[in-house]
Amino acid sequence: MEKVVIIGNGIAGVTAARHIRKLSDKKITIISAETKYFFSRTALMYVYMGHMKFEHTQPYEDWFWKKNKIELVQAYVEKIDFKSKTLHTSDNRDLEYDQLILATGSQPNKFGWPGQNLKGVQGLVSKQDLDLLETNAPNNKVCKRAVIVGGGLIGIELCEMLRSREIPVTFLVREASFWDGVLPSGESQMLNEHIKKHHIDLRLGSSLREIKGEEHVQSVIIEETGEEIECDFVGLTAGVSPSIDFLKSSDLQLGKGILVNRYLETNIKDVYAIGDCAEQREAIGHRRPVEAVWYTGRMMGETVAQTICGNRREYNPGHWFNSAKFLDIEYHTYGWVFSDKNKSEDELHFHWRHSSENICLTIAYQKQTNLFLGINTFGIRMRHEVFDHWLSEYTSIDYVMEHLKDANFDPEFYSRYEHQIVDSYNSEKGKNIQVRKRSWKRILSITTN
Amino acid sequence: MRTVDRSMALTGEPPKALDLSQKLATLVGLSGLGILVLALLNIGFSHRTFWLMASLSAITLGTIWFTWASYAHKPAGIKNDGVMFKSISSRGFWGWVSGLLLTGFYIVLYFYPQYLGLVKDGDNTGLIALFDPLSKVLSGNPASQWFVYGTLYTVAILAFGIKFLYKYRHNAYERLRTFSVMFFQTAFAFLIPEFMARLNNETFSLPYYDLKNIWPLNYYNFERYRVNSFIDAGDIGLALLIFGVLSIFVITPILTYKYGKRWYCSWVCGCGGLAETVGDPFRHLSDKSQFAWKVERWVVHSVVVFVTLMTTAVIYSYLGNATSEYWLTKTTFLTGVALILTIVFAWAMIYKREQLKKDAKYGAIGYFIIIIALIGFHFFSGDGNVFLFKSETLRRTYAFLIGSIFSGVIGTGFYPIFGSRVWCRFGCPMAAILGFQQRLFSKFRITTNGGQCISCGNCSTYCEMGIDVRAYAQKGENIVRSSCVGCGICSAVCPRGVLKLENGPLEGRINSKDVLLGNDVDLMDLVNSKK
Repeated sequence: MEKVVIIGNGIAGVTAARHIRKLSDKKITIISAETKYFFSRTALMYVYMGHMKFEHTQPYEDWFWKKNKIELVQAYVEKIDFKSKTLHTSDNRDLEYDQLILATGSQPNKFGWPGQNLKGVQGLVSKQDLDLLETNAPNNKVCKRAVIVGGGLIGIELCEMLRSREIPVTFLVREASFWDGVLPSGESQMLNEHIKKHHIDLRLGSSLREIKGEEHVQSVIIEETGEEIECDFVGLTAGVSPSIDFLKSSDLQLGKGILVNRYLETNIKDVYAIGDCAEQREAIGHRRPVEAVWYTGRMMGETVAQTICGNRREYNPGHWFNSAKFLDIEYHTYGWVFSDKNKSEDELHFHWRHSSENICLTIAYQKQTNLFLGINTFGIRMRHEVFDHWLSEYTSIDYVMEHLKDANFDPEFYSRYEHQIVDSYNSEKGKNIQVRKRSWKRILSITTN
Repeated sequence: MRTVDRSMALTGEPPKALDLSQKLATLVGLSGLGILVLALLNIGFSHRTFWLMASLSAITLGTIWFTWASYAHKPAGIKNDGVMFKSISSRGFWGWVSGLLLTGFYIVLYFYPQYLGLVKDGDNTGLIALFDPLSKVLSGNPASQWFVYGTLYTVAILAFGIKFLYKYRHNAYERLRTFSVMFFQTAFAFLIPEFMARLNNETFSLPYYDLKNIWPLNYYNFERYRVNSFIDAGDIGLALLIFGVLSIFVITPILTYKYGKRWYCSWVCGCGGLAETVGDPFRHLSDKSQFAWKVERWVVHSVVVFVTLMTTAVIYSYLGNATSEYWLTKTTFLTGVALILTIVFAWAMIYKREQLKKDAKYGAIGYFIIIIALIGFHFFSGDGNVFLFKSETLRRTYAFLIGSIFSGVIGTGFYPIFGSRVWCRFGCPMAAILGFQQRLFSKFRITTNGGQCISCGNCSTYCEMGIDVRAYAQKGENIVRSSCVGCGICSAVCPRGVLKLENGPLEGRINSKDVLLGNDVDLMDLVNSKK
């Protein structure tokens, strides 16, 4: 029986294991040093906030693994001997494999700031980070002020977490406006306002010069102003990078991450890399070579399982999509909407924002052809299938406007804004598009194809 | 690491600590309860109307003040901070204390109402006497333990309803649904039956009837004394009796087909109303394991069989044998029941076989038990006897085990231990019948939004019915479960906008996929076509 060993029990590794099991009866072993059972990393924040217990973040009951004959090993892999196809763990065990999947995930970036290894300085990626956070910032007496460095998704989540325990938070964002490398300015502006409304001390255009302290952090210095902020905790959330340190002296070709071809194969035979730790030799479409996103981890897991089970397939992800929640504001995106900084001249934006609520959207389209390129929505949920279909069908922005009601995914009885949105579009572009009624027939022709 | 507070302290750290305003609000609310306790101890208030109003107002105002203190200074949005840390909502000390107090209250209410002050022949004393003035205003009669219970129940739904409305002020679905349960409790369960009682006189008398309380939840609706009293009350009584029959056989199926069982369980029903308001802080305590689901299916369907048997036996016992006396005889009635069950069973087996899978077995077992029992009634029983048992014994056992112990003592008393919907999930025969239909013949589903699920588990955690919502959402599969009451909280707490309750065509209702949307189109086609 062939032995498949997977290092890492995150969404990528576990998805691969599940799909290999569906397709074959190979012996499957998942090794992880972090936890015995798979949990949802994106849900760690809710444990600290008291919305859930850690056990609630585990998507499968404990019997699931035995029932599906997936062996779980909790150990840290120190070294891999690719020649003899053997893994060596820190507790001195050797494991052999026929095929190896590396799904080791990522770790918080540290850019060599002075004091970055002081006590009270940490990132938030792993279960261990969560436990450490309980020690570093259990309440607002132990942690009288926290400083969060880096204005991305984890950064704002960490702010929200600490605020739930009424810990004062200063949020250092290098950019002139929150996440404006990704979001168009109107949206980014709305989030700035929302962050401040949650009593988070948002400092835009501010980066970290150094962290001061003896053994434990005492303060940080802001690069631009030289201001010193006293604090008991520093959260480093300036992005993540692949967790590949233990592979550095091996024959495996590494870049930022583990280099793979479109088949998710590394330079060594029978060794694959998926999820956050994988780096595409050539970027796919507009995607980045390393994509540390839940969904891409899952998709690579689905794909590599096919290859391992004899149906060699390229990793060929479909239309880009993502979602997030910024404090109380939900965000959906389908297709590509680039920020003002990064968009090309051909990409035009239509932006609409509600006059009083935290609701807005941006639709990107091509200048000459009116081709629909993508949409960002804040405070409105959108139907994934519908936008995926429209992107595949190369529809025009006018068509999207006309059928916008088909795409709405808000709960029943919520206020609908399609008429306001399209009125605004019509008056801006001098058009006369009439919004069509939602049609189940059209929606089902997409979702059940 | 254990972060749950199991100490007795009311103080602590945010978010589990109460601030000053919340503490004062709690004091006001508890002082309202304190008045009731004093009344119970026969303090003998001289101005009972005043003290009753003071008590109910304090409870209501205390709850509203607490609500305001908890949510007013925060922007609208999900308010679950610290739920797992607070002793009351995480099976801590206060959770157990309130569970035991509630359970004790139910035991006294059902079995020892004399301790509450109920006096059969003569003036009430204690707690019940405190409610006499209000009862006399409404129905003209002195209060009973049920009037006390009904009043407190309504006050609880209204006060905690306001809390829920404010907690979910950003969510139109939750608000409308809560207004609905508050209205149905106040009007249908509380006021209308009292006013109906006022119409009664020596020549005209209607039984107590909460019109939204449908058989089999209202298991006693077709008992002899009620049916007689309906018939004696002439056209109005007959209309009510017919309404009672139509409710379960016609109105319920149509509404459940169109909207799912939520139209009843989380918009109208009183048990549901209490669970959604008072029970909301405990919704996450429901057991999500697959084992609990198995137990649920067996127990709740057994209750359906039990209630059908019991009701059939009761009605059978008071019907006559000769057609000359009344058109509905023992034989016609039994044949009718058997026919209805056979039609339902045949329909499910012929048209919905693929959807049933394992569940079909349970249905079949239940069905055959009933049919065999029916034949048993007819051939082996004397008047009113079912084999060795009298129909009255069967009725009493049901009323004790299911009507009192299950729905009251366990169902509500254990809110802080087992969660808010234990009765609805494991015990309610009405929910089971609506659920059977919701699973097989309804437009309702919870749609999963393509590939957007991140398996975080908020939906499963906050499902009061113990449905592992995430198990479906992370497979890209729509959720069609018989137990779902459509409260909409899974959709509300989802941080990625993955879930939507909606009514749509039956075709493509479940829509399950192995490879989720977002990946290679050809791979999706390949894997999903193999299913």
